[in-house]
Parts: sequence; C-alpha cells; structure tokens
Amino acid sequence: MLALLKRDLALATRAGGGFGLGVAFFLILCALVPFGVGPETSALRPIASGILWVGALLACLLSLDRIFALDHEDGSLDLLATAPLPLEGTVAIKALAHWITTGLPLIAAAPVFGLLLHLPAGAMPWLLASLLIGTPALSMLGAFGAAITVGLRRGGLLLSLLVLPLYIPTLIFGAEIVRRGAEGGSTATPMLFLAGITAGVLALVPFAAAAALRVNLR
Amino acid sequence: MSIWEYANPVKFMRLSGAVLPYAVAGAAICTIGGLVWGFLTPQDYKQGATVKIVFLHVPAAMMAINIWVMMLAASLIWLIRRHHVSALAARAAAPIGAVMTLIALATGAIWGQPMWGTWWEWDPRLTSFLILLLFYIGYMALWAAVEDPDSAADLTGVLCLVGSVFALLSRYAVLFWNQGLHQGASLSVAPGERMSAVYRYPLYLSMLGFFLLFLALLLIRTRTEVRRRRLAALQARETRA
Repeated sequence: MLALLKRDLALATRAGGGFGLGVAFFLILCALVPFGVGPETSALRPIASGILWVGALLACLLSLDRIFALDHEDGSLDLLATAPLPLEGTVAIKALAHWITTGLPLIAAAPVFGLLLHLPAGAMPWLLASLLIGTPALSMLGAFGAAITVGLRRGGLLLSLLVLPLYIPTLIFGAEIVRRGAEGGSTATPMLFLAGITAGVLALVPFAAAAALRVNLR
Repeated sequence: MSIWEYANPVKFMRLSGAVLPYAVAGAAICTIGGLVWGFLTPQDYKQGATVKIVFLHVPAAMMAINIWVMMLAASLIWLIRRHHVSALAARAAAPIGAVMTLIALATGAIWGQPMWGTWWEWDPRLTSFLILLLFYIGYMALWAAVEDPDSAADLTGVLCLVGSVFALLSRYAVLFWNQGLHQGASLSVAPGERMSAVYRYPLYLSMLGFFLLFLALLLIRTRTEVRRRRLAALQARETRA
C-alpha cells in the first residue's frame, strides 16, 4: 500500500503541472471574483467563505480524471486489479494520493486567498479546519466519479456532472462552518455533520468505486 | 410461480402488452378527469384561482420522488439478480422522472410568482428538487455515454445507489442551510390540517392519474427498449452469419 502511495505521489509530482495546477486555478478564481462583484470590502466579505469553498471544490474537480485515466491507458490498472491488495484498498490509496497532491496544497494556500477576499481574521482557523475535514470526502467522491467514467473517451464533462451533485452536502456544511466562524457563532453542529459525512464517505464509497472499476475493467 | 417469472422478457412482453391498453385508458380518464374536476372547483378565499395549480403540481412532485425510488428498486434488482428487464425499466423511467421534476419546478414557479411574489426562492424543498433534477440528468447522461449495455446498466445502478444516499443527504442538509417558504406536507391526515374535501378528492384522482400515466409511459418505453435490444441481437447475428 505504501509503495502504491509513493508511486502515485512520484507520478503526480514528476509528470509536471499536476501538483500546483489546482492551486493556480484556485488563485485565478479568487482573482476573478473581485472583477465580477467589485473590489469593495463590503461586497467581498460576506461572500468570501462561499467563494473559497466553491473554489476549493472546483480546483479539486480539475485533477480528478487523472486518478485512474493514465493507469487505465497504460494497463497498470489491470495489474493493480489482479494484485493481492483488494481493489477497495487501491481506490482508497489513490484517493489519498489525490488528496495529498491537491487537497493539502489547497489548504495551505487557503489563508492567503482568504486575505485576498477580505475574509475576517476570526474565520481563518475555521476555514482551515473545515477544509481539513471536508476535502478528504471530496477526493474520495471524486475517485468514485473517476472510477465510473474511466473507460469513456470523453469522460471529463460527464465526470463533473456526476460528481458535483455529490459534493453538495459537504459544501453546505463546510461553508456554514466558515460563515458561522466569521460571525462568531457556534460551529459545533455543522462541524460534526461535516465530520460525519467525511467519515461515512471514507468508509463506504471505496466499495462503490471498486465495484465501478471492476465493471470498467471487465 | 413467482413474481420473478416476469423477469423473463417474453413473459414481460406478453403481460405488459395486455396491461398497457388499460393503463393508457385509465391514465387518460383519471388525469383529464382530475384536472377538469380540479378546474371546476370553487376559488380559494385567499389564493383565488391560482390554487388550481395544485392538481398539476402535487402529483408531478409526488411522482418525481417515487420514480427515483422505483429506479433505485429496479437498480437493486438488476445488481442482485441480473434481470435485464429491470435494468431496462430503470433506464426507461429516468426521462419520465426528469420531466416530472421539471413540471413540479415549473408549476411551482408559476404558482410562487403570484403567491410569494417570486419565481424562485432558495427554499429547502425547491432546492432539493433542483438537486434531484441534477441527479436525473447525470444518470441519463451516464446511460447515454457508456456503449456496452451491460456495463452501462451496472455503472448506472451503482450511481443510482450512491446518488440515492446523497439525494437524501442533500434533502436534509438544505434544511440546515436555509429556512423555507414552502409549506409542510400538503396531504396531512390530521383532521385540523387536512385540505377541504372539495379540493382533496380531485387531487386524489389527479394523483392516481399521474401514477397511471407513469405506468403507461414506463411500459411503452420499456417495451421499446426490449425490442431495441432484440433488434440489436438480430443484427449482431446477421453480421456474424
């Protein structure tokens, strides 16, 4: 399992472009918003938390098709499927690698982008905490979507159509944590809901994703 | 003799062929009857004539949810017992469900404009119907995208299972996110909250009509799918010979 994780991480960093692309996309998104709604603090502050979460969602979406597509093309996915490691484990590891290469950089960059959008300083820890808890679920659900569309030639657009509705609950609770944090309210309830969704997704979705992969490798 | 015998396409075609004319006739009588009866009801003291949209809005919304549940059941039957008719029925049901969701959203908007003063509001019920529509669209797009019919049935089946969980999750997550304008249950059985009988009986008839309409459309579409599958098999045999 460790070997697979190392291999995926090495592939993601050395293939070029994959590692920082999500963060660059996030930056562009945050730079575009003030052009759309105006640069005033009063206009940006109320929507900052929502923009940051939606931006994280879209940046995460950008690199999803890489999870399985390249391995499917060169045949290593077939080898992984016949390896002693259960396919569910492979899926989980690949989702973890995706999270490390896109989720973690996003979280590290989020405070800077929060400053760009005038997110109140009090909300910053909540932004980090909600992203830290929420983004693993995004990667895992993304791996499910990637597993379903792996055999398709033009799967990219379909992938976003399938995955984005699944992101809705995570987005609702994640953005709610930051909004409440910004207003100084209690964040315990949405935090628990978000953690519950992530835990449930991490526990159950690998089975669905592995089932989809088996169909596509048939 | 068990219900699984109708998973045999030949038996299914025979039975559905026999049932179809009655379903079509019943759907026509009940839907048209319910809508006309509903149109002739007196005007509501507060809402005026706009209350009559309810005879279109509520049955469509009810079917939009129930069709997804039917697709879930059909997907489970396909994944567990590999009956092809079941997978084809799930495929045939999806566009009907999407249209029902659209009808519910559109009539709701037309009703909301005079009553709430807005075409659209990010109300939990409205939002969860929009999400349901997204799930229908994704499901249909996946069916259209995968070429091999058995793989397509498997993948859409898995998607339907996961989607059901998340549609339900979204339904309750949006409750947390925003408070609504929409009323609670429209058909409460508690005597104090019950709709007046003048409106209730035409509504029941219209709901029955919409259910029969779904049944008729589903049978027609499933029969078409079965025939299309047979045609593909014949053509494959032709090219091989």
